Amino acid sequence: MMFPAEVLQAIWLTLRLATTATLLLLLIGTPLAWWLARTHSWLRGPVAAVVALPLVLPPTVLGFYLLLALAPAGPIGQLTGALGLGSLAFTFEGLVIGSILYSLPFVVQPIQNAFHAMGDGPLEVAATFGAGPWKRFFTVAIPLARPGFISGSILGFAHTVGEFGVVLMIGGNIPGETRVVSVQIYEQVEALQFAEAHWLAGSMVVFSFLVLLVVYGSLGRRAVPGMRFGS
Amino acid sequence: MAPAVAYKMIDCKHIPHMRLHYFILTLTLMTVATSSLADEARVAVAANFSRPAEMLVEQFELLQPHRIELITGSSARFYAQLRNGAPFDAFLSADREKPALLVDEGFAVADSLRTYAVGRLVLWTAEPTREISGETLSVFAGGRLALANPRLAPYGLAAQEVIDNLGLTELLADSLIMGENVSQAYQFVATGNAPLGFVALSQVGRNGAIEQGSGWLVPSELHSPIRQYAVLLNETNAAAGAFLEFLRGPEARRIVYSFGYTMDDSEP
Repeated sequence: MMFPAEVLQAIWLTLRLATTATLLLLLIGTPLAWWLARTHSWLRGPVAAVVALPLVLPPTVLGFYLLLALAPAGPIGQLTGALGLGSLAFTFEGLVIGSILYSLPFVVQPIQNAFHAMGDGPLEVAATFGAGPWKRFFTVAIPLARPGFISGSILGFAHTVGEFGVVLMIGGNIPGETRVVSVQIYEQVEALQFAEAHWLAGSMVVFSFLVLLVVYGSLGRRAVPGMRFGS
Repeated sequence: MAPAVAYKMIDCKHIPHMRLHYFILTLTLMTVATSSLADEARVAVAANFSRPAEMLVEQFELLQPHRIELITGSSARFYAQLRNGAPFDAFLSADREKPALLVDEGFAVADSLRTYAVGRLVLWTAEPTREISGETLSVFAGGRLALANPRLAPYGLAAQEVIDNLGLTELLADSLIMGENVSQAYQFVATGNAPLGFVALSQVGRNGAIEQGSGWLVPSELHSPIRQYAVLLNETNAAAGAFLEFLRGPEARRIVYSFGYTMDDSEP
């Protein structure tokens, strides 16, 4: 076998984390993207800026504040403590929260751009045929914005797989719980196991290349709404 | 009047050039003097030793013309960087393995490998006035116990040995939270994310006593000694050589001790 059991465990954990985070991001990101694409509120600018923050902030900043927030005395820690969940630092759930923050712009922005590019026309047509707002959203807006959802999901998934700094700071390197592939590679490099690190790191390069090939190659021909930095 | 005019002419035209010549000469002499007497060295230092290293450099620079620039980081990362041409002149590692490998591989000066400090391990909590002992560990199962990663960090390895020697390996297996180094283990406990953890005495104490939070100074017979080794990387750098020499002197030892390390003369 190419990979030992602990590495397979890290790969499986990483895929589980990325899938969970992406699904939750689609749930949270879709209404957020819809609102950002259509609102004229003055809040649009500040909210868009907050959504884009993880693009520019170093993961150490996110990791540091998450560590403080998740601690029993921190705001999230107090909330989860009151709910009887205990502290979420060093848990899979804690990493999911970190990943959602970290990958938020990668999911929201493509969807937002797709909603924006669609314009008002199709929705107005649907309205004249008597479709209510919910029906318009689910039967017109979402199908038309499908390329945005696809690229948002792929980018969010891939970005979570590539997450490192945040996990290192709030993870605690627990096998099967928080030791994801990037941390596993880091540990192998630090432990001077360069050959093992090569296998896993090389696989990451191939995986990431294939993901981006899908995004920019096949989908790109249909003018996928990708990331727009700003706006 | 004529001579005065002549003098003035000389004053205006020639003296400034003379001054420039003197200036260049002085500059050249100074440069020559600095390169032979005072040198500048870049020293890579393991994260756990960064505070004492800063004070050591301060003291060293008072006594010597040399200048030292410290770069703090993980010993393993320094090792990887040094094998690939990182421009450091000396290396204060957290262990023996990495500097010894550098000597074997020809990246460090043979015979320059020396102990500069021996670390002490503390079982520590951020809560003040709590009784901590080996007993605390045996009733601790189910909580979160922070330690440095035993595969990467000497303090982590020592912590694992303590757990093993107390016969608590099984009991605590699911409680271990690993930081990449002892600084992160400290961070986990200090922020309250882990109630208890193994840290370095240098992080929580001064002059051999625990100063913040409360803790148990782990008896050194419960783990193999945390010997930290230094190695010279660039033989031609006078500052680096002098600094390593200084590390073994009485002045340096006092500083090293005051940060909670001991020294070990049984080994070079």
